[in-house]
Order: sequence, then C-alpha cells, then structure tokens
Amino acid sequence: MSAIAAELRRPRSRGATNVRSLLLLVLLCLPALVPLFVVLMAVLTPEVEIWSHLARYVLPGVAANTLVLVFGVSAGAAVLGTSLAWLTSMCEFPGRRFFEWALLLPLAMPGYVLAFIAVGFLDYTGPLQTWLRELFGSSSWLPPIRSTGGVILVLTFSLYPYVYLLARGAFLTQGRRAQEAARTLGLTAAQALWRVVLPMARPWIVAGTALVAMETLADFGTVAVFNYDTFTTAIYRAWFGMFSVNAALELAAVLLVLVIIAFALERRSRASLRYATARDLTRQTPRIELRSARAGVASACAAVVFALGFLLPVAQLIVWSFARAARDLDARYFDFILHSVVLASSAALIIAGASLLVAYLERQHGSGPFKGLVRIATMGYAVPGTVLAVGILVPIIGLNNVLQQWLSSWLGDAAPSLLLQGTLVTVLLAYFARFLAVGFNPIESGLNRITTTIDEAAMTLGVAGGALLRRVHVPLLRTSLASAAILVFVDVMKEMPITLIARPFGWDTLAVRVFEMTSEGEWERAALPALAIVLVGLIPAAMLTRRGEHVA
Amino acid sequence: MSDRTFSRFYRCGALLAVSLLALTGCGRAPTEVVVYSSRNEQLIKPMFDRYTEETGQAIRFVTDDAGPLIERLNAEGKNSPADILLTVDAGQLWQAAERGLLRPIESETMSTNIPEHLRDPESRWFGLSVRARTIVYSTERVKPEELSSYEDLAGERWRGRLCLRTSKSVYNQSLVAMMIAAHGEEKTEEIVRGWVANLATEPFANDTRLMEAIVAGQCDVGIVNTYYFGRLTRDNPDHPIKLFWAELAGEGVHVNVSGAGVTAASPHPEEAQKFLEWLSQPEAQSMFADANLEYPANPNVAPDPLVASWGTFRASPLNVAKAGELQPAAVRLMDRAGFR
Amino acid sequence: MWLELIDVVRTFGTRSAVNGLSFELERGAIGCLLGPSGCGKTTALRCIAGFESIDGGTIRAQGTVLAQRDRSLAPERRHIGMVFQDLALFPHLTVQQNIAFGLARLPRGECTRRVDELLEVVGLADRRAQYPHQLSGGEQQRVALARALAPKPDIVLLDEPFSSLDVELRERLSIEVRSVLKQLGATALLVTHDQQEAFAVADVVGVMRDGKLEQWAAPYDLYHRPGSRFVADFIGQGVFLLGDVVSPNAVQTEVGLVQMNGGDEMRPGQRVDLLLRPDDVVHDDSSTLTAEICARAFRGAEFLYTLKLPSGARLLSLVPSHHDHAIGEHIGIRIEPDHVVAFPRA
Repeated sequence: MSAIAAELRRPRSRGATNVRSLLLLVLLCLPALVPLFVVLMAVLTPEVEIWSHLARYVLPGVAANTLVLVFGVSAGAAVLGTSLAWLTSMCEFPGRRFFEWALLLPLAMPGYVLAFIAVGFLDYTGPLQTWLRELFGSSSWLPPIRSTGGVILVLTFSLYPYVYLLARGAFLTQGRRAQEAARTLGLTAAQALWRVVLPMARPWIVAGTALVAMETLADFGTVAVFNYDTFTTAIYRAWFGMFSVNAALELAAVLLVLVIIAFALERRSRASLRYATARDLTRQTPRIELRSARAGVASACAAVVFALGFLLPVAQLIVWSFARAARDLDARYFDFILHSVVLASSAALIIAGASLLVAYLERQHGSGPFKGLVRIATMGYAVPGTVLAVGILVPIIGLNNVLQQWLSSWLGDAAPSLLLQGTLVTVLLAYFARFLAVGFNPIESGLNRITTTIDEAAMTLGVAGGALLRRVHVPLLRTSLASAAILVFVDVMKEMPITLIARPFGWDTLAVRVFEMTSEGEWERAALPALAIVLVGLIPAAMLTRRGEHVA
Repeated sequence: MSDRTFSRFYRCGALLAVSLLALTGCGRAPTEVVVYSSRNEQLIKPMFDRYTEETGQAIRFVTDDAGPLIERLNAEGKNSPADILLTVDAGQLWQAAERGLLRPIESETMSTNIPEHLRDPESRWFGLSVRARTIVYSTERVKPEELSSYEDLAGERWRGRLCLRTSKSVYNQSLVAMMIAAHGEEKTEEIVRGWVANLATEPFANDTRLMEAIVAGQCDVGIVNTYYFGRLTRDNPDHPIKLFWAELAGEGVHVNVSGAGVTAASPHPEEAQKFLEWLSQPEAQSMFADANLEYPANPNVAPDPLVASWGTFRASPLNVAKAGELQPAAVRLMDRAGFR
Repeated sequence: MWLELIDVVRTFGTRSAVNGLSFELERGAIGCLLGPSGCGKTTALRCIAGFESIDGGTIRAQGTVLAQRDRSLAPERRHIGMVFQDLALFPHLTVQQNIAFGLARLPRGECTRRVDELLEVVGLADRRAQYPHQLSGGEQQRVALARALAPKPDIVLLDEPFSSLDVELRERLSIEVRSVLKQLGATALLVTHDQQEAFAVADVVGVMRDGKLEQWAAPYDLYHRPGSRFVADFIGQGVFLLGDVVSPNAVQTEVGLVQMNGGDEMRPGQRVDLLLRPDDVVHDDSSTLTAEICARAFRGAEFLYTLKLPSGARLLSLVPSHHDHAIGEHIGIRIEPDHVVAFPRA
C-alpha cells in the first residue's frame, strides 16, 4: 500500500500552485484585456467639444435607439432560440431530425447580408411591394422594413442561433429528465417548462442571449443597411466623419463600462444559484410525442424560421452569384477559402482551448477579483470591431517599433524590418480579444453543470490539474467545447475589421472579398463570397449537431 | 476521448502553431512599393499589375477603410512600411496630411496633369479620379427645367419628392462641407433642414437604392455619385431616370476625388512618386477612372464612352481640400438639422 | 499512528465548523464521525481530504504532516480515497474505467489485475462494461467504493455514503461495505448522522458536537457508557430520570433504588439524572411497580412502550411483542440496568 503511496506523494505546497495558476489565468486574459485598456485610456484625454455636441444632438437619440435595439433583439433571440431548442430537443415532430440541424444554419449567414437581402426584398422598391402595388395600387399599408421593427427582426433572425445552440445543449443534458421529475410531482407540461426546465437552463439561455446582446451592441454592418443610428454608428461617425478617433474610443469606453455594469448585475442576480447535476448526466428519456395539429404547428414554425433565416436568403445569394460568377469566380477563390478556413479553424482551436483553460482555472482558484477580470476580458465582443482592432493594433505596433529600434541599434542597417502588425499571429491575437466571449460563455456554462465533487473525486484518486481537465472535463464538456469552437469558427468566417487591418499582404479571405465588393456598394457582386462564407460555415454546424445527440 | 487521441490533438496543435509562425515571416523585399488603399482591390489591382509589367516595380497593398488605415499609419510612425496612401475621398487625404502622415511632392508631371483644385495646395496629395455628385431625376415626373441647384432642392415644391442617402456617407458630408465653404454654416443649415423636410422617405443606405426608389416612384429627385448611375445604366439601360448637372453656389457640380499621397515615413519615396506620376498619365488615368465609371482627374483624358454620353459639366472650382477641412463642421451641422 | 488529528480548527468567517478536533485511527481500523447535521463532521472529513485548509492544529498520516495552519498538501498528493455523498461517478466512463481512473500510473497489466480484483470483491464483475447510469443505486455505491479503494489509499473517507439509498439497502450495504473494507485491510473514516450505520460499519465512533469530539469510543461503550449527557441523548433511545445519590454506587429514584455496577463513583447527596435505556426497563407482571402505557410502537419482535410514572416522568421499555397491551393499561415493570449511567444535575 505504502509503495504506491510513496510514489504518488510528492510534497508541494498548495499555495504555490495557486499563485502559478492565477498568473496563468491573468496571462491568458491579457491579450483580451490590453485592447480594452487602450480603449478605456482614451477617456483620459476627453474631446470636450465633440462631447458637448454629441450630448446635445446625438447621444439622447442613439442611447434610446441602442437600448430598444439591444432589448428587442435579445428578447427576440432568447424567445425564438429557446423555443426552437425546446422543440427540437424535447419533442418529436415530423422533420425534427432535419430541423435540429437546419435551424442552426442561419448562424453562417452574416447579419449584414441578411439585412441587405431583407431590405432589398421588402422595401418599397423590392419585389413584394412592387407586386402588391400592381395588385392593389398601393403598398403603403405594409409596415416599412427600414424601421426599428425591421432591424430588430433581421438581427433576431440572424442571431437567434447563439441561444438555440446553447439552450439546446442544456435541454439535451438535463431537460427531459427534469421535465419528467416535475411531471411526477403533479405539474403539467407547461408548468414543468416554466418552473423547472427553463430555470434550470437559465445559465445557458443567459450565456447565449449575452452573446446576442454583445453582438448587437457591436454591430455596424446590419444597422448601417437600415440606416439605424446606434451607439456604434455614433462611434463611427465621430471617427470617420469628425476625424476624431479619440472621441470614438471614448464613446466605446462609455459603452464598455455600461456593458460591464449590466453584466455584473446579471451575474449578481444568480450568484447564489448552482446548476450542477449530481449524477446521471447521460440518462435519456423519450421525447414528448407531438400529435396531429400540434406536430403540424411545430413543423411549420421551424420551417418558417428556417426559410426566412436561411433558405430564402441563400436562394437570393445563389441567384446573384450566378449572374456574376462567370466574371468573378476564379482560381483565387481557392486561396480565399483556404485563408478563411485556416484563420477560422486556428482561432476556433485557440479560443476554445484557452477558454477551457480560463474557465477551469477560474473554477479551481478564482476568487472575486479574478472572476471579475475574466468577465471583463470577454467584453471585447461588445466593442465595435474596428474600434477593437485599433485597440489591438496600437499596442502591437508599439511593440513592433520597440523591437525594431532594438534590432536596428544592434544590427545597424542589416536589421530586417519587422512587421508584427501584419501577421497572422496578430490577427489571431485580435480574434482572441474579440471572440473570447464566444468561446468562454458556452464552456463556462458547461462547466457549471459538472459538480465540484466530480473534481474532488478525481483529486482523491491522484488526478488533478491538466490531467483532471483532460480526463474528466474535456470528455464531459464535448458539447460545450464543440459549440464554442463552432461559434468562433463561424464568427471568424464573417469577421471583417480585424482581418482587414491586420492581415498580412495578400492574405485575403472570403470576408475581405465581401468588403472589397460592398465598399463601393456592389452588393450583388458580394453574393458570391458571401455564399462561400455560408457554405464553409455549414460544415462545422453540420458536424456539431451530428455529434450533439450522444453527448452529455 | 482516449489518451492517444488526445496526444494526437496536441500534436496537431503544435503543427498548426509552427505553420502559423512560418507564415508570419517578417519584413518584405527591399524595393517593393507598399500601398495602403481604401479604394477596393478590383479597382486598383489591374493598375498595379500593369505598372509592374511595364517597369518591373513590384507593388504590395492592403485594403481597408481609410479610418483604420490612417490610424495604422499614424501608430507605425517612422517604421511604417507604407509608401502610398490611396483613398476614395479628399477628406481622408486632407486629414492624413493634417496629421503629418503625408509628404509634399515636387513634381512637374503631377502639377501639369492634375488640376489645381483637385490636389493639396501643399502638394501632399493628388486627386486621381473625379467623383461627381449631382442630381438624378425621374424623367416621368420632373422636367429638367424645374431643376437648378442642390440648394434649390430645399424648396417647398420638392416637399415629399426628395430622396437622399444617409448623412453617414462621406459624399454627403463633403457636399455639405462644400456648401458651408460657399454659403457659411447658417445658410447651409437652413438648406439641409429644407432637404430633410422634403424627404419622401427615410434616407437610404446607398445611392443605388435611392435611384431604384426614384424608378419605382417613391420619390422624384435625389443626389447621387455619377458612377452609381453609370452602373445602373450598364445593367439596365432603359430606366426612366436621368442625371442633371447641378450647381453649387452657382459655380458648378460638386466633385470629390479618389486620390493618393506619398507617406511621410515612406521607405521608397522616389519609387512611390514615380508610380503616382505614372498614375497621372493619360493611359493610367483612363484605366483608373473607367474601372469605376469615374472621370479622369487629368483634364486631357476622355472619360469612358458611357460616362461621356451624359454630357460635359462645369465642376465647382473650389479646392477639394476644403471638403476635408469643413467635414467635421458639416457632420455636426447635419446632426443639428436632423439629417440622419 | 496511521491517522492523527491534533486540535484541528477550521473556521468560516466567524463561525468555527471544526473547533479543536483530535482523534487517532489505527491502521486497518474503521472510524466514524457521528453527529447531527451542522456539527462539523463533513468539514472535518474535507479537511482530511484536503478540500478545505485548516486554521489550526495538525493532520498527520503515517507521521507525515498533511495539513497545518500554513501548509497543506494538495488533495491529489495525500493518497486518501474518498466516497462522496453523491458518489460523483464519472458519467462518461464505464464501471471498469471508473475503477481504473486512479490507477493511471500503474503498468497496464497491474492495473487490469487490480480492477479485476476489486470488481470481484464488490461483486460487479459482470457489470464492468456498463455506464454508471445503467446501474442501480446500490451498484453505483459499490463502484464508488471500489474506485476509491483501487489505488490502495492510506485512508478511505466515506461521506454519508448511504444517504441516498433506501433503508433496507442501506442496512445491507453498510454490512457489505464493512466486509469489503476489512477484506482489503483498508483504514477508513466514515461520516454519518445515522448511528445504525455508524455502529454497523465502524470499529470506533466519535460523536461530534459543535465542531468538537464529545467522545471517541467503540460503539458498545458509546451506548452503554456515554461520556456526556449529549452523547447519551444522541446515541440510542432512553430517558433521564431524576435521582439522589445515597451511596457511591446507589441512586434512589421514583422507581426505587438503582444499584450501579462499575463506572465512576458518585458523591452521596448529589442530585443526578439517571439514564435508563428501553432495555433497562423490563416488563414484569409480578412487579409491584407499575406504569401507565401512553404510547406504543410495534417493531415486529418487540413493542417499544412509552410509560408514564405517577410523577408524570416518562420511561421507555422494550417488551417482547407477545406482551400486547393497550394504551391506558397499567403494566408492571422492573428496573434491570446493565450499565447505569448518571450525570450530575446542573
């Protein structure tokens, strides 16, 4: 007995491990924290004059607009995403297996593309209203698409998959059993849903909705198509219109602080709740069989969402692409796709891996301030992409220049010229800062579900640290890890500002291609690269749902 | 996941990291001219390829919006690899020059080829193509005699008949900036308020949609850049809308430029200047302007036949640099006037 | 000593969960910490396992310090096994893989042998390839035990291991667990609030109250020679009857003179509370001493009668079940104490 004991027992103070873990945690968060710090620093040199103008003429309007938009889209996406997730994971209806996968697909559709198609189709000049005018002589009774309602609708349809994906994971791992337990206690199916199933899935629904809210806040492309003014458009206007990047950074800083406060409040409201399951993570019970009319309604709802969020827009993209493909499609598309996939998959791997590590370290050692630090590190997702890109670029260029000076003073004229800012490493660092939340949220929610006794059990068996992560958490978190990786992958596929400013010479991606076309308003020509983004984005989405069914 | 698949996972990760590092490769060939461009790839690359073909001078470029490019240039300081900044509007060039990011060029060729009002008075940047912004109208509901100037569109009789693009568009910002230069802020604000009052519908996100709205009958007049009109005409020659050459303060059509300057920190200022000079030559001027149905900046070069078919116009002689100088004021003015 | 706790203190804020806990456990012995919920027994266990640091005292195993005020060996390095209240089986691993989890550093052949051995001992050889959720509660319990024992830990800790099982299973399993532990010669420490469980499994039991040990003794001694009024009250059933000490080993009570055999001598003239267990009060129809039945509980072989004395004081009496009396009846009783225990009246 003691032979093994002697082999296993190597004295090491626990305090030292703690310090090292926390250092690692801070180090991991650093790339995400630095750009936010740069943004926040702008507040030190306030552009008083611009601010007084903004405060008087701009901010009241955009603040109200932004609030309405964020709440509208968050609510819409939460309701749509959660109900669809509930339907496909808890119920059985015709086409369920198809929709389970298909309802994820709008994720691959960039919001600005959906917006452009929706406006093109539904505005006064679009085919629908033209047809209505031919039929009835007037189409003015139709609510205008270029309106608050319109932009909320489009963003909801493009962003609900975030909630869908995470809520689905929650329901699959726990929902049906919880529902059964509640039913045995005399609750009706509806009561069970409201009182047990939804509250138990709350961290996942919140995590998904938080991503939606952040993405909405940071969105520029979609609202620009609607000419809807938000905090983000005000930021761009101050920068590009009034030539004050400082005012833009300050606006972003204010936005950032407000977001941090909002999320802190939300965290606090459920700080005392725990969502871990003790056992039987994998036990499955049968789905609720929907019959006749109900089944029809379920299929119809899923079909409508799928059609509006994916099928019709893709059809439109295909039509446009065909018209232009002969001229635009060339061998370079192999490179665009390759570049996009390399960047997206490296980012997915890196961010999912780092998120796992951060979430794990936070779980093991995180106390208040460190949890706060991690929380803030994920806020890059709420900052408009171009602003964040500057926040990343400025310190990297600073580092580059210091290194260059050092090299030059050492090697003289023989020194090679460095260009850190135009490298894939920088692009990936910037993605990390931007998309940490996308990787972290699903993984943290997943980790919530694993009881701490599971960790403790492993520790008493001599398994801790990396081995615990590898042998227990990773297998238990497969769904969450896959969700995180796929969300990051698809988000990077669509990402523009960071890729544009930090990519190496000639390293053009599909999203860059979309930018080249749309920057001079050639939207129809952008259909081809946009379609390619959607198609490449489908692959991981398909992989996810095929695996998801079997996994805790 | 078994231990073995996990170590395979690690190995893949390591491989990926190594290949990324390999792709990172610092620096560049010493004689390459580097262009930071907010004019998009398909409009500039043929030019670069032609130049390389003719002279052997290699050119590399990065495209992005001018805002981030200028911030990057600024942060890079004297270590910047960029030789040329190429933009699609004079305002951004003015701003870059203002921040000391561009250097003056002494070039007989440039001064001869590019008219004075289309280049920086201190020769730090030069317009390379002209983007005219003028009135477009419905031939079904508007007679050309009714039209005169941008200012006139603020008049009562256009109530509910005007379509405008968003004030976020730099082209509207520079138009209003030029109006401020001509009329002063007070009068300009009055005009802009008049426009807003006349709007038939919410401002559009782009000029193409605006023209489609006139075609569909949602409104009767609008203000657009001519090359958007050109694109629409190329796709559908039978549309019932036409361009009208509007007057700004009675002095001619408002124009902006797509142009370029040599950066202050340029490692190859001579090569960069040579390239700019080449771009101002007739042959390159045709390519540059025709690719996007714009007007060549060089007055001796004829525009594309389609563009020529719209007739000639008198361009406002105000220096386009003014557009940059007054752009922040224009943006504020439009905020005040409620022009979204 | 195999496991040693010396004045261990663990505080949460101002509340001390463990407050000067000391005991020793010999190699191969099964100890138990017994007490009501909130007495600090689980915290004590977690301190030994290393999930909680300690604020004072020392925990030692085989002479090696596991934890002191400023020093703590990480749980994974203590070589202590644990069976959790919720079992915490790894849901993604089979029975076999669960048991082998802590054996990663052993050569493959040795690992397989050890797993086979344990599967045999806990009787789950035919379930080796199944996942935890496919097992019954009792089987899961046995997997958890086998998993904890597999790496041959110095000590196995069991945290309320039977609390999620039904009564019948609990009894059967507690006997089984003891036999498994003994068979493998493991040193174990159990935590529970259920004395049946404690007595069934443990060689030595410590009763805890407010973070301290009231008594650390064999089950027999706890029952018959409780060291404090709290222990007497907590362990087993019984009532306290007021009495006066008349000689160093006799107490005069309402039910007559009770002779003490053994135990501490008492000062004559002192007022005491005399502990009377239900088996100390014998039903005897011929006795002159009678009491009224005011409640009864049928237990199969016996009745547990609650009796009322003329003074109003209550007694409990365990009576073979063929003596079936109705509530309100007066029955004759005799006091036949085996070990009578008395505590001075406060």
